[in-house]
Amino acid sequence: MRDALGVGVAVGLSGFAFGVTSAGSGLSLPQTCALSLLVFTGASQFALVGALAAGGNPLTAAAGAFFLGVRNAFYGLRLSQLLALPRAVRPFAAQWVIDETTAVALAQPGRRSARLGFTVTGLSLYVLWNLTTLLGALGAQAIGDTDAWGLDAAGPAVFLALLAPMVKTATERAVAGLAVLLGLGLLPVLPAGVPVLVAALAAPVALWAEGRRGGRARTVVPDASDVSAVPDVSDVSDGSGVSDAPGGDR
Amino acid sequence: MNIWIAIGVTALGCYAVKLAGLLVPAAALERPLVKRLAALLPVALLAALTAQQTFADGHALVLDARAAGLAAAAVALVLRAPFLLVVAAAVVVTAGVRALGG
Repeated sequence: MRDALGVGVAVGLSGFAFGVTSAGSGLSLPQTCALSLLVFTGASQFALVGALAAGGNPLTAAAGAFFLGVRNAFYGLRLSQLLALPRAVRPFAAQWVIDETTAVALAQPGRRSARLGFTVTGLSLYVLWNLTTLLGALGAQAIGDTDAWGLDAAGPAVFLALLAPMVKTATERAVAGLAVLLGLGLLPVLPAGVPVLVAALAAPVALWAEGRRGGRARTVVPDASDVSAVPDVSDVSDGSGVSDAPGGDR
Repeated sequence: MNIWIAIGVTALGCYAVKLAGLLVPAAALERPLVKRLAALLPVALLAALTAQQTFADGHALVLDARAAGLAAAAVALVLRAPFLLVVAAAVVVTAGVRALGG
């Protein structure tokens, strides 16, 4: 119960922050609300309004938001096995496949309670997220200059809070570092929104480098002094695992 | 109009991946490499977005009040502060530094 309340508070606040950020980025009230109603996955929404505010082409901006939403497919994969939803229900359930609903459903002991947990969390967060988005956008209009209130720092702070629990292994740190370098280094030379897409390449590059390191380490195993170079296999994280981000994203 | 296009494309794309997870047979996505890539992709995107939204002003890189705000958020995260406090720290410090003329 306390967890549910905590998730609700965090979601409500980031919904509010999204409404403020979106309005501060120059989106109208209907546009801001349409994003929360139709997209309903927080990191993608923040990314989209950020890219649009920077003057990005709409398709480039949408591509960045889309790649951030890809992880929801892996949540859906877990949920489809767990909930065993009838085919006719799946198109309706799909919109609620997000970090929090997956976390709640996976924590339930049986299928019945998992379905109940998924539905209750999905419905209440959907209502809360859209309501607080509306309030945030209205609030931003009332405030006027959102930058003077430091509200332009809310977006990156949300991203950082989501990112922090994901960065644990050396490979993850390397991906984050390389992505920062690419994202900032290419910013002055490429059209807005494109550097972020290039920075996404840090993920396959790091995987490739890790594979090469792993391959070389195996071939030199006879050299005992080199054993420490073998990557720690236990570090390989489960891609479909639910992030333990403090409820910041939907 | 451009913004509505971006909203429409994002909504369709994000809904499609959510639905795909529910419909696609597990074998298609349950490959180790695909899972690893899916786990690392948000790391790369979030890191790049955090950096850009902190240090970018159009096409220029700048060091302004937002950097101080993000540093405050990072400290809050290290201290295991709740989500609310992390974002609040960033906002308050950014506003404070700006008010002082930073």
